[in-house]
Amino acid sequence: MNWTWFHRLASPPHVYALAVRLTPWFAWPAALCIAAGLWGGLVLAPPDYQQGDGFRIIYVHAPSAWMSLMVYVTMAGAAAVGLIWRMKVAHAVAASCAPIGASFTFAALVTGALWGQPMWGTYWEWDPRLTSELVLLFLYLGYMGLRAGIEDPQRADRASAVLAVVGVVNVPIIHYSVTWWNSLHQAPSVMRLGKPAMPLAMLVPLLLMLLGFTLFFVALLLTRVRGEVLARERTASWIREVVRA
Amino acid sequence: MNHSDGNIAQPLAALVAADPDRLSSVCQRASALEAVRLALQRDLQLAFRKRGQLVQPLAFFAMVTLLFPLAISPELARLRELAPGVLWVGALLGSLLALEFLFRDDAHDGTLEQYALSGQSLTALMVAKTIAHWLLTGLPLALMAPLAAVSLGVHTGALPGILFAVAVGSVALSLIGSIGAALTLGIKRSGALLSLLTLPLSLPVLIFGARATQLAIHGASFAAPLELLGALAVLGGTLAPLAAAAAVRISLE
Amino acid sequence: MRAFFDMGGYAAFVWPAYAVTFAVVLLNIFWARRALERSRAEARRRLQMQREVS
Repeated sequence: MNWTWFHRLASPPHVYALAVRLTPWFAWPAALCIAAGLWGGLVLAPPDYQQGDGFRIIYVHAPSAWMSLMVYVTMAGAAAVGLIWRMKVAHAVAASCAPIGASFTFAALVTGALWGQPMWGTYWEWDPRLTSELVLLFLYLGYMGLRAGIEDPQRADRASAVLAVVGVVNVPIIHYSVTWWNSLHQAPSVMRLGKPAMPLAMLVPLLLMLLGFTLFFVALLLTRVRGEVLARERTASWIREVVRA
Repeated sequence: MNHSDGNIAQPLAALVAADPDRLSSVCQRASALEAVRLALQRDLQLAFRKRGQLVQPLAFFAMVTLLFPLAISPELARLRELAPGVLWVGALLGSLLALEFLFRDDAHDGTLEQYALSGQSLTALMVAKTIAHWLLTGLPLALMAPLAAVSLGVHTGALPGILFAVAVGSVALSLIGSIGAALTLGIKRSGALLSLLTLPLSLPVLIFGARATQLAIHGASFAAPLELLGALAVLGGTLAPLAAAAAVRISLE
Repeated sequence: MRAFFDMGGYAAFVWPAYAVTFAVVLLNIFWARRALERSRAEARRRLQMQREVS
């Protein structure tokens, strides 16, 4: 197995150039998938027999929730790589993930609340999913707070990396304990869609939205990583070419 | 450097007993287990010199317990329903308060650096510090919990269970807290940040501990949540010192 | 058309949900580009200072 591609990823100028080249390849397909998903979800999909047109919130809630979790795992993975192989680029990726993940966690909470009000009659429910999302938001805020609180950039990178890894190990534990706690006090309130399985007309737009948001995340990441990598390179000569452009 | 030598143990222990501040320099010549014992002894002795500080988390816990009846109702029947929550939130916040003492003095006087450089396993020394921290804060909180419970209308039959649950839970809390404390070393006014980092990780302890307490108050078997608490303490015991050691090294770089 | 905007009576929930999500999407695009611009400006400034020193 040829590992050169991995070693090249450790080189900041290489990563920067790669990011510039790749961004449009993710940004445009993302826009397409999301547009198609919106069309399919808002227009083509039939109303749910129990929730009527209200179920269409899933087309923004599910991608937001998916993003919040996927971005955290990516952040923790990049952090681990940065710690083990001491790669500045990996730390740059982790730093880029945090604000993206936190904002989508917020979106997941808000859309979840808006979905809850017509369905359960209350804006907030202490159900396992929403509660876990709230805890996830605090994990993100803690990560960003730690980064902000440490002045030395290298120490900030490494300390927040330890925190991210500890956090990702805890996410399943926290989710399990919250689910356990919730099951003690009320019947599980799952946001069911009224039918045992989702018909294709409803499912396909959902998958398109999930894919579209994922591609969007990569495009965002590539943009942010460029800036983070620049900030970590003090005097390298390749910067001269980049900033002049 | 790590060979255990019975002849060294006695003079080392005497040295540390006489002057705990010199532990760091004698640490290098001890075996791993010796080093843990000496670090533990040192922390306990230094803490007893500042006995006043030890009382603060307990006083805080007592105050929090007082706040709820005043804010809600003096009826014992109502308070009994709320007791699990009040006890555990109070214990959690009290243990958070105590976390600042875990590394602060050692970071200040350079002992932590000595520990890192001593060639001893920093993870083992983290275990020692966490044990000392629990003995000085978690255990006293656990001993106080039955008193607080009585003030909230809990009957005496439930008290041993409450003591046990808080004792086990506070072990997990000390372990979890050591990670955040190590990460925020040297950050000025890190109290709020430390809470933000530690509380999400402590939620499972809160959930299982409060449930165990609730079951104990109702006279039912609280074995299941207690076992889960124990599992958290064991998991924390294996992973937290590693993470804390890594965090200390990063903070000292 | 009207039925579309009405969303079966759930309009007050569905449209704000979409609005919030797309606000977050746009905000992220704006943030990412601004962060990149700031880093480039900072790098330019650093190079300038180095040139002045040497």
